Amino acid sequence: MTKESTTAGVTPARGWRPFTVLTRLFGRPASAAGTSIVLIFLLMALIGPLIAPYGVNEQIPSETRQAPSPDHWFGTDHLGRDVFSRVLFGARDILLLAGLGTFLAVLAGTAIGLLSGYRGGTFDEALMRVFDSLLAIPALLLALLLLGVVGPARNALLIVIVFVYTPIVARVARSVVLSVKSKGFVQAARMRGESETWIIFREILPSAFPTLTVEGALRFSYAIFLIAALGFLGIGVQPPNPNWGLMVAEAREHVFQTPWALWMPALAISVLVIGVNLMADGLRRVLRVPGA
Amino acid sequence: MIPALSVEDLTVKYRNGPGPVTAVREVSLEIQPGEVHGLVGESGSGKTTLALAVMRHLPEQAVITSGSIRVDGQELIGLSPERLRPIWGSQIAMVPQDPLSALNPTLRIGKQLSERFEALSRSDARDKAIELLEMVQIADPARVARSYPHQISGGMQQRVMIAMALSAEPKLLILDEPTTGLDSTTEAVVLDLIRELMRARQTATLYVSHSLGVIAQFADRLTVLYASELVEHGSKMDLFENPLHPYTCGLLDSVPRLGENKREIQLRSIEGRIPSLEDLPSACVFAPRCPVVIDICQETRPALEGAGATRQVRCYRWEETRAGEIDPRQPPAPPPLERPTIAETALQIENLEVRYDQPRSLAEWLRRSPRQSVRAVDNVRLTIRKGETLGLVGESGSGKTSLAQAVVGLVDSARGRVELFGAELPTQIKHRDRETLSRLQMVMQNPDEALNPYLTVGQSLSRPLALLRGIHSEEEVRRLLEGVRLPPEYADRYPAQLSAGEKQRVAIARAFAAMPGLVLLDEPVSSLDVSVQASILNLLNRLQTEHGTSLLFISHDISVVGYLSETVGVLYLGQLMELAPSENLFDPPYHPYTEALLSAIPLLDPKATQERVRLRGGIPSSLEPPSGCPFHTRCPRFIGDICIEQTPPWQEDKTGKRIFCHIPVSDLRREQGQVFAMRKRE
Amino acid sequence: MPRYVLRRLGFLLLTLLLTSSIIFAITQVLPGDVARVILGREAGEAALNSLREELGLNDPLPVQYLRWLGNFVQGDWGESFSTRTEVRPLVQQRLGNSLMLAAVTLGIAVPVGIALGVIAGLNENKWVDSVVNVSALSVVGLPEFVTGILLIEIFAFRLGIFPANSSIRPGTSFVEALPMLILPALTASLVLLGYISRMTRVGVIGEISKPYVRTARLKGLSRWSVTYRHVLRNALMPTITVIAISFGWLISGLIVVENVYNYPGLGRLMLFAIDRRDLPLLQAVAMLAVLAFAFANLAADLFYAYLNPKIRLQ
Repeated sequence: MTKESTTAGVTPARGWRPFTVLTRLFGRPASAAGTSIVLIFLLMALIGPLIAPYGVNEQIPSETRQAPSPDHWFGTDHLGRDVFSRVLFGARDILLLAGLGTFLAVLAGTAIGLLSGYRGGTFDEALMRVFDSLLAIPALLLALLLLGVVGPARNALLIVIVFVYTPIVARVARSVVLSVKSKGFVQAARMRGESETWIIFREILPSAFPTLTVEGALRFSYAIFLIAALGFLGIGVQPPNPNWGLMVAEAREHVFQTPWALWMPALAISVLVIGVNLMADGLRRVLRVPGA
Repeated sequence: MIPALSVEDLTVKYRNGPGPVTAVREVSLEIQPGEVHGLVGESGSGKTTLALAVMRHLPEQAVITSGSIRVDGQELIGLSPERLRPIWGSQIAMVPQDPLSALNPTLRIGKQLSERFEALSRSDARDKAIELLEMVQIADPARVARSYPHQISGGMQQRVMIAMALSAEPKLLILDEPTTGLDSTTEAVVLDLIRELMRARQTATLYVSHSLGVIAQFADRLTVLYASELVEHGSKMDLFENPLHPYTCGLLDSVPRLGENKREIQLRSIEGRIPSLEDLPSACVFAPRCPVVIDICQETRPALEGAGATRQVRCYRWEETRAGEIDPRQPPAPPPLERPTIAETALQIENLEVRYDQPRSLAEWLRRSPRQSVRAVDNVRLTIRKGETLGLVGESGSGKTSLAQAVVGLVDSARGRVELFGAELPTQIKHRDRETLSRLQMVMQNPDEALNPYLTVGQSLSRPLALLRGIHSEEEVRRLLEGVRLPPEYADRYPAQLSAGEKQRVAIARAFAAMPGLVLLDEPVSSLDVSVQASILNLLNRLQTEHGTSLLFISHDISVVGYLSETVGVLYLGQLMELAPSENLFDPPYHPYTEALLSAIPLLDPKATQERVRLRGGIPSSLEPPSGCPFHTRCPRFIGDICIEQTPPWQEDKTGKRIFCHIPVSDLRREQGQVFAMRKRE
Repeated sequence: MPRYVLRRLGFLLLTLLLTSSIIFAITQVLPGDVARVILGREAGEAALNSLREELGLNDPLPVQYLRWLGNFVQGDWGESFSTRTEVRPLVQQRLGNSLMLAAVTLGIAVPVGIALGVIAGLNENKWVDSVVNVSALSVVGLPEFVTGILLIEIFAFRLGIFPANSSIRPGTSFVEALPMLILPALTASLVLLGYISRMTRVGVIGEISKPYVRTARLKGLSRWSVTYRHVLRNALMPTITVIAISFGWLISGLIVVENVYNYPGLGRLMLFAIDRRDLPLLQAVAMLAVLAFAFANLAADLFYAYLNPKIRLQ
């Protein structure tokens, strides 16, 4: 039996506008922490290069291997580079790449998943088999495979991220379509002769929005991880790129002399990924239908 | 004699975000051993919370703030889980609403039945399980004991739950809407079983239901709850014959009586909507909707007063009601609406067939075995006249939904000829022009999924206006809302802010936005509260007379269909069994299936007599429909091989009924008596 | 059930075919000139052409693919460009190492993950649950190279319990290798643990609120009965699937962990192959990864089907 009594006389709610979502995210300690972390890193990415005290590759031979001090907040590495500045530049580097890559993957995946799921039929079945096969290969392996074969081309990393994450976003979008397709309001739209485009984009897509947002946040976290891991392995990025993973790898040899050169970028990666994960978890709890 | 259950001044609150919400307020009741006590209420009434409280299985957020609950004299509130466990094991038992989800999907039935008897050996436990299954009259109990829940039918699952509940010989049995999810014919059989078992055991029973008919059949005494309060309480006869509280009166009146038709009378519905628990009226909780409200009702909360030896009412004016000075049933049900007769055909269906092909496995494809298909609708012929309603009744598997979806164009695999206002109707939506689309609309079953949650009500309504009639006007949207009796402010609301009944009204408004000539409605009121049903039925009636719209109304509930329709069709396994003018539906001759359906209806009148025609077995699978007459496997009037081998003829009776049966109509008329005798409302 | 098994096998084969063609496409089609890679930049046209003939590179793609697939299935995995030895023995030996590491990782992650998940799920919304939930979320996020280096720092350098370097020699038995497997396994299992405990927790929470659990309680069954026979029995089924799926990652995806600890598994072999553009080696490792994943999936599906009566008794 459906509930007959609800809150009456309430002014129309802006249930899912970004501001409301943000406020709700800050309502719980875990997601508040996560969101704050993400916002701070975003800020770092935006203005980092402007406020960085030193250049990203600026080597000061006289100040190598210095411990953290007021001059060098995170110390200097074995080449005399300021670790703090490099971390700041690295933020922009990784966030831009991960952000753009995820955004494109979500765009592509959503479009493919929505269309394929709505049309159904053999094409949909076949496409999903292909995607399932791609998902059979672990992401890092697939990325390595693609990069190893393509070589250090420009934008290779970006393309790899999009390629690696589109299938799973498509699957998620498709499963939403399948569950919404049979609902009354979609059938009502069909009954009034709405075009397929309208139905997919105005009737079905909004319902997919919460799921896709959460999935996007998760992919973002995985993308950051992937870029850092690739950097650590030295694939797809070359020194002196301020990729945090690469910085960790470089600093490993000198870890006894300049441990901060390793731990600072490592900390940056860890904190950021944890922050995004907490925020994604918070998003899942917080995104609701308008008016609810 | 110690009462089996004694609830005193019980108050239960839910801890909710902003503040606590009272779900049950100071409710008291008593059940003696052997008594069946009915707990009646709509959504938000608190009946479920009360039942859960008695079982001491309230959810985390619920708190009992005052009162006492005693079972067999023992106080239950304040007991720790360890102390409660033996009580659950032996004193209280429950039969829930949905049996499938109440059974562990990965344990065999036998094990689930015997596991509470931990001391038994393996073979003894097995025997015990079989013994219990026999008690609830399950055929082949050994096989069922070895089965898993998903392998047995809904009716059998519920019997298992009943057996499980009674196996502990409880002092108190709680039945929480036990038959709501079952088909009518299955429900009748299960209710018979319950009745028999209870009579034999004399167990005290608390029967929670929103169905007045079922309660009328079972209960000795009744408690009526409304928005967390107890409003009336008394014996069954008292409440059904002389209700004193205006809500009880309204509730009883909003159910269409069998034999009444919209051409004779309109249903009385209760004004307004059920208040939300967060926002209850401060004095008398029913005051905003009461037809006989006076000033004091809105100032102070009325106390529960005794109105007889075992009767209580919470109303300031009960004495006036009893004395006949006022009648909460005033104004009387309005007279029927004027309806001109138009002799034009709105919809003509010939030989409609809907098949769903089953996907083939690889092996079958290689072997080139023919595809198995489900014939959801098989060779159906129907006519609907302009301005009239055709009602379709059927249980699960009858094909009623498939039929509607085929007509509306949502099914690609439909075959046959359908004519809408004389013009042939293309099977698929994409082949229909805008004019055709606007003439035919549908309202679906589930109001919660009927509206796009991301569009406001206004946006949902303006779309069909723009698309099908080329109108872009807020004024028109407001008019539509008015037409379904919703305030114009609702245009800015989102569906999440509406109640189920309101959502259904918007869905109806949306269907009527296009000014259709024919609207199909698939179980539009089945999931709604009884009092809301009446207002929606009245609404449909009014829209029909105002616009001359024809309706195809599908439901499993014969009484509702009988009220709203001019003609009624009975579907079974995709075929029509009977087509009757509604005024003759309840008189013989009947198709044997109709006879069984009519005898399964729980009658609202406790004094009415009813024939008991029960069907054996369950509904056959649509994958392998029976040959000849599809009903022959269960027909109580089965006459022999002819029923198995030959398709029955359509026979016409002089009253205008058409019956699909081998038995000659005259024989039926002679052998069948009136299924029930009911008194009409005064 | 037999029909179900056959169908799943069918899907497996289909997936393998598709994935192998994708791998083939990536490794053979994209890089351009294989012949030049082998012979080097200075090779002359004639030499290149004859090599192309020999390798069958001038045949149409589907033919090349089928030939490659045929060889693979028969055990001929080609010759490594860099070591000039047969690929198969090389890969097999590394596979053995990876399996050992996977075994230890699972041995740590599964029991601990399930236990934590169950505890958290049974105590939803209490502090225990929040702690486990947030920890799991955080731990999953830590990149393996960070945790790896951290563990080496603590357990190898500071405390000296385990070696920092896990480069075992070929032929080392499992028992002998164990001390060197602990740290890498611990690193890998931290990620897996986070994942398993979250899935288990969600499963338990989902089942506890179901009506049949209420039925069980209201029968007066003991807490142990209710939890074990009713809740966990149903809640753990999805977790099993998760564990099986992660098997594929454990075999070939532990690239970073192997790198940090210098462990000679399939992941490092992959890096080696990429570094040298050693295509046959790349293909073989990728195929193995897919095979591991596919078979693990199949095993998970079948196990799940066996446990779930709804599928078992079609």
